Amino acid sequence: MFRDIWQTLERFLHSLGGMSLFLLRLLQFTPGVVIRRFRLVVYQVYNAGALSLVVIMISGLFVGGVLGLLAHSSLEQFNAEDTTGIFAGLGLVKGIGPVITALLFAGRAGTALTSEIGLMKATDQLSAMEMMAVDPVRYVAVPRFLGGVVAMPFLSAIFTAIGLLGSHLVAVEQYGVDVGAYWQQMQNVMDWEDVSEGITKSVVFGIVASLVAVWEGYQATPTAEGVGRATTRTVVVTSIAVLFFNYMITAMYI
Amino acid sequence: MGPSGTGKTTLLQLITRQLSPDRGQVIVAGDDIAAYSRQELYAMRKRMGMLFQNGALLTDMNVFENVAFPLREHTNLGERLIRNVVLMKLHAVGLRGAAYMMPSELSGGMARRVALARAIVMDPALLIYDEPFVGLDPISMGVIAELIRQLNDALGITSVVVSHDVHEIGEVADYSYVVADGKVAAHGRPQELTNESSELVRQFMLGLADGPVAFHYDAPDYAEQLLGPSPD
Repeated sequence: MFRDIWQTLERFLHSLGGMSLFLLRLLQFTPGVVIRRFRLVVYQVYNAGALSLVVIMISGLFVGGVLGLLAHSSLEQFNAEDTTGIFAGLGLVKGIGPVITALLFAGRAGTALTSEIGLMKATDQLSAMEMMAVDPVRYVAVPRFLGGVVAMPFLSAIFTAIGLLGSHLVAVEQYGVDVGAYWQQMQNVMDWEDVSEGITKSVVFGIVASLVAVWEGYQATPTAEGVGRATTRTVVVTSIAVLFFNYMITAMYI
Repeated sequence: MGPSGTGKTTLLQLITRQLSPDRGQVIVAGDDIAAYSRQELYAMRKRMGMLFQNGALLTDMNVFENVAFPLREHTNLGERLIRNVVLMKLHAVGLRGAAYMMPSELSGGMARRVALARAIVMDPALLIYDEPFVGLDPISMGVIAELIRQLNDALGITSVVVSHDVHEIGEVADYSYVVADGKVAAHGRPQELTNESSELVRQFMLGLADGPVAFHYDAPDYAEQLLGPSPD
């Protein structure tokens, strides 16, 4: 049993080391790619960001609605329903917004990135690039990584904004909380540090989710089963990593 | 040439350093390619063209962009010149009319011809073909064989073709090597190989089902396995 645990730990460390070196390679090539292949980066921002907008907005509306419901039903017991906006705002901006955006990103864009790169590998497209003296890390991996990193903070901001709107719809339109109180209380309590915590999280999650997606695609066994497994691993690893970093960053800000 | 699983593709991957040898040297154009730095390797690869088994076209680009890809990456040619070079290469493989089709719209033979146009777009000195006839209908096979021969003569390049298609290789090759069990079993002009005395080479050239490459894969005794206890 100890041998199994040791082997699992060894595999984990090996994978972590590989991923860290891969991240350094991506960062090393980033300036060159931004200058020489800016068009590719813009396309990947569109791919990872704009194409995820619908799922992000719909989810944001419902998550905000649930927050509004829960906050209002708890607070009305203390006649404090006017402060619903504070709970919805703090919850969405500091925690739930970036976390759920990252989880949705892993499911929508992360899996697409992994399977795309994995299939390119399975159909020899990456080898063909190598044979044409074009480094696939620069041409394929870096633009996709940057696309995710740039898109995530915007997606998180949009999720949070729509979430606040969803919470507003429930609290103000459905339960009759005063609209001025809803927004004013939120504005009074929240400060720049809360917003910066949310931004920090979305940037870190963007790096983590994009790195995992690109790495898993790059490491995928070039078979149908291998690509399937890599896609699943992207969701699992990203989810665990995002929740881990969420805890770490929250602890850092308290 | 050689039976499946004898290491023909591995050999190509060593020549192009898609794989590095555990020991020994791979001498390409007078240099040990395994000792090259990444920069030297890429400089060498610009002088090579490779046709993959399935074409390996970039699926998010149309035919024109696929062929233009190496030019855009490695040269500073103007758009007009790139257009002319690409159309000339596509014309050479008979697919100028398919320039704006996507890879998913091409047949297997067409995809391989586009990949061939892409492989020659940088005017390489060495052209490598990995199983170029696999999965093609007789017409496409004839077209590819014809193109391999024509391009080789017209461009004055060296071509290395890996295949197990004895007939087609006989049509295009000046000199052939038969590889088996990781070794060169025979070599010579294609017509000489049919008269080869080695049983293995004769089995391969004549397509015999049984011989040195046995029909049955290594297995325990038949009767013993059938009558013996079941493994579970």
